[in-house]
Amino acid sequence: MHRMSDDKPTTAGTPARVLEIDHLTLKFGGLTALDDVTFHINEGEILGLIGPNGAGKTTCFNAITGIYAPTSGAIVFGGSSIAGRKRHEIAKLGVARTFQNIRLFKSMTALENVLVGADAQHTTGMASALFRLPKHRREEREGHERAMELLRFMGLDRVPDELASNLSYGDQRRLEIARAMATNPKLICLDEPAAGFNPAEKAQLMELIRRVRDQGFTVLLIEHDMKLVMGVTDRIVVLEFGKLIAEGAPAEIRDNPAVIAAYLGVDEEDAS
Amino acid sequence: MSTESSSTTARTSRMSFGQRVAALPKPVKIGLLILAAVFAYALPLLEPPFISPPGTDFGGVLFTVTIYCIVALGLNIVVGYAGLLDLGYVGFYAIGAYTAAILTSFHANWPLLLALPVAVLASTLSGVLLGWPTLRVRGDYLAIVTLGFGEIIRLVAQNTEWLGASKGISQIAKPSGASLFEIPHLNWDSGVPLLDFNDTTKFIEFGVLDQIPYYWLGLTVVILVLFADRLIKDSRVGRAWEATREDEDAAELMGVPTFKFKLLAFATGAFIGGLAGALYASRQGFINPLSFLLLFSILFLAAVVVGGQGNRWGVLVGAFLVAYLPERFRDFSDFRVLAFGAALMLLSIFRPEGLLPPRRTVRARHAQHDIEALEEGTEGEDAPHV
Repeated sequence: MHRMSDDKPTTAGTPARVLEIDHLTLKFGGLTALDDVTFHINEGEILGLIGPNGAGKTTCFNAITGIYAPTSGAIVFGGSSIAGRKRHEIAKLGVARTFQNIRLFKSMTALENVLVGADAQHTTGMASALFRLPKHRREEREGHERAMELLRFMGLDRVPDELASNLSYGDQRRLEIARAMATNPKLICLDEPAAGFNPAEKAQLMELIRRVRDQGFTVLLIEHDMKLVMGVTDRIVVLEFGKLIAEGAPAEIRDNPAVIAAYLGVDEEDAS
Repeated sequence: MSTESSSTTARTSRMSFGQRVAALPKPVKIGLLILAAVFAYALPLLEPPFISPPGTDFGGVLFTVTIYCIVALGLNIVVGYAGLLDLGYVGFYAIGAYTAAILTSFHANWPLLLALPVAVLASTLSGVLLGWPTLRVRGDYLAIVTLGFGEIIRLVAQNTEWLGASKGISQIAKPSGASLFEIPHLNWDSGVPLLDFNDTTKFIEFGVLDQIPYYWLGLTVVILVLFADRLIKDSRVGRAWEATREDEDAAELMGVPTFKFKLLAFATGAFIGGLAGALYASRQGFINPLSFLLLFSILFLAAVVVGGQGNRWGVLVGAFLVAYLPERFRDFSDFRVLAFGAALMLLSIFRPEGLLPPRRTVRARHAQHDIEALEEGTEGEDAPHV
């Protein structure tokens, strides 16, 4: 609950693994969207997941967050397998996400959107709400405090009662991140958070993602913008046609001929 | 903060009635609500001219209105909050009515007070049983399945001897009352209201002729349901319903067990529907399958949609209109459906969100104006991406 202090540095040494993707394969009929993909995310790092359109990045996200059940392979989160578990259970365990095309609760206010996220860790039911039991009151108070804290963090505290659909595009993107953070996750998956941003906004977003990480969250980032990815991530995983083709620090990835080929769309032979 | 308050004062001039009411201090609001409640309780005794329908018992008409109010509040939870289109709501209403009828008259001799909880429980259970398999389908499919449910309940009642078949069930128990004292009505015949001691209502005796005590009972239930509705809506449960309505997948990924909450909405709606049905059966004393036609499902839904789904006060207004107007203008009852169709068309043109849309949509429209005004001033500042 109290992650707002900015004094937590990134862990050094041998960090624990938050998420392990182990030989993950996902097939839709005859189409193999993910083919034997293996990578992991360390605690407290920002991992970039990149690749050309249709490489399987979002599919990978969807498998992690429980939208698709893997055809084979394992997804281990915090030491236990989450493959095939229900989506809301995975969210409660500590995987939160944003969406490539913004999916806020449009006719709810900014604050309510974040409260729905905070409710993920709450258990107030019909009886508690109806009789205003202490649990309801405690959870409402904690939820409101946390939600306002997050809105402040995202610079949205001036519009808590505005409907989500009335927020500007950038604010909507930030609100999605706030909502995801409110579920109190260990891992936040950001699906192209910079889509539709101009360079100045992208720079701000890079800064924001770093600050999110500094609060103790682990970040998995899908992004097209190479500059953003190179600037903000600790490690990068590259997918192409559902296969993992490279993994490493940003500098290594930049010079990797396979990655260059994938992005420029030429054969490796021609590129070398 | 200061900029906010100055902009709100600037906005007061074009605040709507609803906003002005919302802006009143809390004690004033509570006082107004109590006044309104007292007036509502006293209404059938006042018998105001013109409002009181000629030729029929005012208390009876008002009781019907309260039944529609209860039903509309229940259906509003399902349709307005959780966004589940239920076209078979009369099914729950029927289950509540039939359970009360069977237990108090047809197969047992329970007092109504004992039968009421069982009736409510039975309809809640039927809501869970119907929702369990069907809430996995969405939108149009759910509408069709619930439509079928409502008809199945009616047809089962129609064809089962044990449920009275088409003859129905009569002599359903009335609530046990106590005649404490008599309250005189007002008489407006001379143009000025006078106390009429020949026309009195026994407090509180549930007889056959005087329907006013039923109305008081119904109104009390409406108020209780209103309170419960408010408490539930303003909690994790209400937010989960709204989130599910807005975007089911996103809600699920934010940790909302959407299926569980949809089922909860369904069960809550069934609970309230069953309660209304049991009260209706008790007042009527007699029910048969014709009391639960598909038409009623549509009328219930009309009350919710006309009033403004998602707004508890809106659906009360809708319920009042749907139940009261046909009684008031009985002389024109042949034109009832025609008038109804015309009203719905006018409504969809001029008030597509219902007479009293939920405050969020009202607020959104105001905010939309503000944003448009801003965008005219500072072009491209917050322009959405291309």
